Amino acid sequence: MILDKRKLAMAAGLVLAFLFYSFHLYTSLPAGHKSATAMADRGKLLWQDYNCNACYQIYGLGGYLGPDLTNAYSRRGPEYIKAFLKNGTDIMPNFHLADDDISELEAYLRDVDASGKADPRTFTINRDGTIAQE
Amino acid sequence: MERLHRNKISTEKIFILFALLLLAGAMLFGLLGALQYLIPGLLKSRLSFERVRPLHVSSVVFWIIMATMGTAISFLQEHTGKKLYSAQLLGIQLWIFILTIICILTSYCLGIFGGREYWEFPPLLSIPVVIGWILFLINFIKSAGSLKNQPVYVWMWLTGIVFFLFTYIESNLWVLPYFRNNVVNDMTIQWKSYGSMVGSWNMLIYGSSIFLMDKISNNKTYSHSSIAFALYFTGLFNLMFNWGHHIYTLPTQPYVKNISYLVSMTELVILGRIIYNWKHSVSAAKKLFHETAYRFLLAADLWIFLTLLLAIAMSVPAINVYTHGTHITVAHTMGATIGINSFLLLAMAFDILNEGCRSLEPYKKMLNRGILTANISLLIFWLSLIAAGIIKARWQMSGLQLPFSVMMQALRPWFIIFFLSGIALTTGFLLIIYPLVKNQLVCHLKWTIKRRKSSIRTKAALAME
Ligand code: HEM
Repeated sequence: MILDKRKLAMAAGLVLAFLFYSFHLYTSLPAGHKSATAMADRGKLLWQDYNCNACYQIYGLGGYLGPDLTNAYSRRGPEYIKAFLKNGTDIMPNFHLADDDISELEAYLRDVDASGKADPRTFTINRDGTIAQE
Repeated sequence: MERLHRNKISTEKIFILFALLLLAGAMLFGLLGALQYLIPGLLKSRLSFERVRPLHVSSVVFWIIMATMGTAISFLQEHTGKKLYSAQLLGIQLWIFILTIICILTSYCLGIFGGREYWEFPPLLSIPVVIGWILFLINFIKSAGSLKNQPVYVWMWLTGIVFFLFTYIESNLWVLPYFRNNVVNDMTIQWKSYGSMVGSWNMLIYGSSIFLMDKISNNKTYSHSSIAFALYFTGLFNLMFNWGHHIYTLPTQPYVKNISYLVSMTELVILGRIIYNWKHSVSAAKKLFHETAYRFLLAADLWIFLTLLLAIAMSVPAINVYTHGTHITVAHTMGATIGINSFLLLAMAFDILNEGCRSLEPYKKMLNRGILTANISLLIFWLSLIAAGIIKARWQMSGLQLPFSVMMQALRPWFIIFFLSGIALTTGFLLIIYPLVKNQLVCHLKWTIKRRKSSIRTKAALAME
């Protein structure tokens, strides 16, 4: 039987470590203070308003009906993205977006594209099981 | 009076009954979503996939949350042998959640979103969720008393409640531009909160299942043992630090990934214990197999083993780079939420709802058929998602990448199996849900009629006087 005192000490130690880890992350965010432009931020909110993530992924996370769009901007180009947003597809509804909305969503996807590469082929696999990107 | 009272549906039972309705709804939305995979553009103008997916996922998440709250509150009272600190607070908590969930599902149907993975509703609706949860916390702390000499499940309940509150608030930090303004920062905090949040509801559910196992086997030695607490601390350690595997491919801090990779390997201890305990589980199964609740627990045991195997494999970055972004992730998520969470919660729901004016004995055959159908179909369902995931993983990694739509076409046979096994899975679950809900409603109806009759009699007697 572990004594109550010991259990409390272990729990308190873990909670303190967790709080330290959490607040350390909040105050030293991984990408620093590289903020998106106001336009890209509005685009991100539109992305959420239309729940685009239910069908598409960013960095592999999201729904799986559509493809990963992290690097769609550099792979497909802005015109291709605009055409999609303007008309929808056989599967994707036409949201009848205004031109400003389309530009903001495009700015968001440009911003996401600039943040890194999500294509798994760009990773090298190390012998210890970790992965790295150049 | 006592007998009359047993028929009334208690607040805890309403939590569970509402949760069961959400589960039934979730499966129907799931089937619709799977059909939309097969018939592209189905219901595109009215109920397209970006509405159906959150309807499915949020119904599932709230099935788990409502059932978890109802069972923990119910078992807590059995554990203390006393009534809850405040029945009124519990009633308020119940109605806050019911009304909020109705608003959430309605907002999806209307196409109004907050658009965050798993919590796709507008962030304002998070306020009542937090308030309801705080009421839960207050009631729990006041009812449970001190931690002195408490079994492991009380620690687990408390941990689950506190950490869910913390991580739920954390998952809403995106409303502040400071956290939202950079996609990498935003996704790091988002998945930090989600990883730990799942760990916290698992704490609550595993806590209740340990309570239930003690109750069925009539033996309380395990829940006070050192091994139980050692496993609890291993679970807590994972809850806190093992969330980075969701974001191995995100260009975030390397230490986030390395910590997660290292911590996830402690799960091997849990896996080892399951294998070591196998013989014991089999002999317990022989003794307790007649107990319906135990059959759910046994099924969950098997799914814990399969899910943990997959989870540990996916925690290795070198494997994760293949599985990430494919249906293997969906297999893992659904395997865990159906095979573990749902089966455990159904075991508890069965135990709690079995106490009423009508026995569930006449439905035993139906329940057993439901359990068997659900398990066999879940295995096929799970394997079909893994098969689809493997094809997608190969496509993701191939040098000469065919168009996305061509790859999706290649997955079609597996989506057909996914849909068909989904129908069988839904049927299995409905065979379980139906008697549980029906029995309670009939009891409640009887209680209402009896109460009305007795009040008419009292009034008549008064009039005679
Ligand atoms: C107890 C029953 C169920 C539970 C607990 C459950 C749980 C979940 C969860 C948690 C997700 C999110 C997965 C992720 O993002 O990785 C999900 C997605 C999904 N589920 Fe279920 N599910 C259930 C039954 C079903 C059934 C019967 C079907 C129909 C065949 C179904 C179809 C789907 C579909 C189509 C998705 C979306 C996959 C995507 O993102 O593209 N689910 N489910």
